[in-house]
Amino acid sequence: MMDDLRELYQEVILDHSKNPRNFRHPADANHEAHGYNPLCGDTVNVYLKMGHNGLIEDAAFEGKGCAISLASASMMTDIIKGKTETQAKEIFAGFQKLVKGEENEFDAGEDTERLMMLAGVKEFPMRVKCATLAWHAMSSAMDDKPEISTE
Amino acid sequence: MNDMTTFDVEKIRRDFPIFAREVHGKPLAFLDSGASAQKPQVVIDTMRRAYLETYANVHRGVHYLSQVSTELYEGARETIRAHMNAASVEEIIFTKNATESINLVANSYGWANLKPGDEIILSTLEHHSNIVPWQLIAEKTGAVVKAVPIDAHGEFMLDKYLDMLGPKTKIVAVTHISNAIGTITPVKEIIDAAHDAGAVVLIDGSQAAPHMKLDMQALDADFYVFTGHKVFGPTGIGVLYGKAEMLEALPPFLGGGDMIERVTFAKTTYAKGHSKFEAGTPPIVQAIGLGAAIDYVNAIGFEKIGAHEQALLAYATEQLQSINSLRIIGQAKHKAAIISFTLDGVHPHDIGTIVDRGGVAIRVGHHCAQPLMDHFDVAATARASMALYNNRADVDALVASVKSVQEIFG
Ligand SMILES: Cc1ncc(COP(=O)(O)O)c(C=O)c1O
Repeated sequence: MMDDLRELYQEVILDHSKNPRNFRHPADANHEAHGYNPLCGDTVNVYLKMGHNGLIEDAAFEGKGCAISLASASMMTDIIKGKTETQAKEIFAGFQKLVKGEENEFDAGEDTERLMMLAGVKEFPMRVKCATLAWHAMSSAMDDKPEISTE
Repeated sequence: MNDMTTFDVEKIRRDFPIFAREVHGKPLAFLDSGASAQKPQVVIDTMRRAYLETYANVHRGVHYLSQVSTELYEGARETIRAHMNAASVEEIIFTKNATESINLVANSYGWANLKPGDEIILSTLEHHSNIVPWQLIAEKTGAVVKAVPIDAHGEFMLDKYLDMLGPKTKIVAVTHISNAIGTITPVKEIIDAAHDAGAVVLIDGSQAAPHMKLDMQALDADFYVFTGHKVFGPTGIGVLYGKAEMLEALPPFLGGGDMIERVTFAKTTYAKGHSKFEAGTPPIVQAIGLGAAIDYVNAIGFEKIGAHEQALLAYATEQLQSINSLRIIGQAKHKAAIISFTLDGVHPHDIGTIVDRGGVAIRVGHHCAQPLMDHFDVAATARASMALYNNRADVDALVASVKSVQEIFG
C-alpha cells in the first residue's frame, strides 16, 4: 500500500510543507494573485516582483493548504526567482503535464530533479489541483488577473 | 433489551453488493455515507425491473404500462408518506434532491411572503444548500438572513434562538442533523417556538432520514426535506413534505406539464396537492427505487439501526480519541454517527489520500458547511460518517490508517 504514498510524501515534500520557503508577503511585490480551490477551500496568495528587464526578482506566497500544495508553492517560488516570465510559464506547462501524467519526460534544466519530487502526484488524480494551484496563481499574477479558482 | 441479537450487520453487508469489492487491494471500509450511501441489491433490482418490465411515462396515458408505471410511482409516494407519517400523500412532493426541495420552498414561499426587513433564521450548522437558496431570495426581496450560533461543542443554542425570534421572523430553516459534525438539533422545540412567533419552519432532514424514523404529524414542521441517495436510494430523487394548507397557499415553482389543471393563453389554472409542484416528467424509476430503499430500512427497523449506529459511534469516538494529536470537532450530547476530526500538523486532504490507500473512504474538506468550519476556525476536517452497514472492522481500519498518516508525517 505504502509505495506510492511514500513516493508522494517524500522527505523533501514534507520538509517543504512543514517549513515552506518564501512564505511571506513582500512589500515591494508588483504582481499578485489569489488562488482558491473551491473543492477544499484551500487558498494561496502568490506575490511577484517583476523587474524592468522581465526577470522575476522575487517570488513569495502565503496561504493554507495540504502538504502537496504547500510544498509545490514553496518549490515554485524558489525555482522561478531569477527566471523570465516566459521561462516560468514554460516550466509550469511542463510541470502540469508531468503531474497530470500526460508526459513522463520532463526537462526544466537544473530544476528538473526538484520538481520531479512532485511527480508522484500523477498516481493521485484528485490531488493534481493541489499541486498546481500556486502555479495557476503565479501565471495569473503575471497576466494581472488577480483571482483564480481551480474548477 | 437484547433485541440487538437480531441485528446482524454481516448479513446486512451482504445486502449491499459493493462490499464484495476491494479498494487498493484492501477490504472497503466505506465511511462516507453522509455524502451518499451505498445501495442494497433490492433497490438495484427494483429499478432494473421497472426499466425491464413496467416502464412508461406516468399520469399520461390509458395504456397498460402507463397505468402500471403510475401505480408504482404513486405507490412509492404512499411508502414515503407512511414512512414520514404525513397525513396525506398530497403532502409528499418528489423533487430531484434536497437542494431542489429547499429551493422550491425558498422561491415559492419567499416570493409570495417576504418583504424588506423580514427575517429568515438559519443556523451555523447548515449545509450550503440550506443557506444559499435563502440568501438568493433574501437578496431579491430585501429580507435578511440570520444564523443561530452554536456553542463550542457544536450544540444549537436554543436560548439564543429564542431571543432571535420576533415579529419580523418569517421563516426558520434549520437542519435536523448536521452533516459535518453530527449534532442532532432540538427540532421539536425549534418548530414550536417558531410557530409561537408566527413563522413557518423548514427542517432539512437530509442527514436524519438515514438514521431515524420520521414523524411529520408529531413534529409539526411546515416543510421537511430529504434526499434519496443518502437513504440508500438512487440519485436524482428528493422529497419535500409540505403541510396541506401550506402547499395550497403556495404558488407553483416550476411550470410545465403535469402541474396544470387547464391551460389557455388567457389564464392557466394549476393542479392541486403535490401535482402543482411536480412539473414535467418526474424521476419515475428513481422514485420507485427510493420506495424500495425505504421499505428496506423499515423492514430492518430504525430502532435497531439506531442502536447499532450509536454503539458504533461510541466505539469509533473512543478509538479515535485515543490517537495522539487527533481532535474531534463537534461533541454534541446528541449526535448521529458522524465524526469530524483534524490531526495536528496534517491537512485533511493528506489524511484522505493516505487512508484511501488503506481502503478507507472518508470525506475531507469543508463538507459544504463553511460557516461551520469558520466557527471552529478550521478550513476543513476529515469526516467519517457511518450507516447501518458499517462494523467495527471499518472503524479499526480507519484508526489503523490514521496511524499510518502519523507515521508518514512523522
Ligand atoms: C444536511 C444536508 N442538507 C442538504 C444536502 C444536499 O443534498 P443534495 O445534494 O442531495 O441536494 C446535504 C447533502 O449533501 C446535506 O448533508
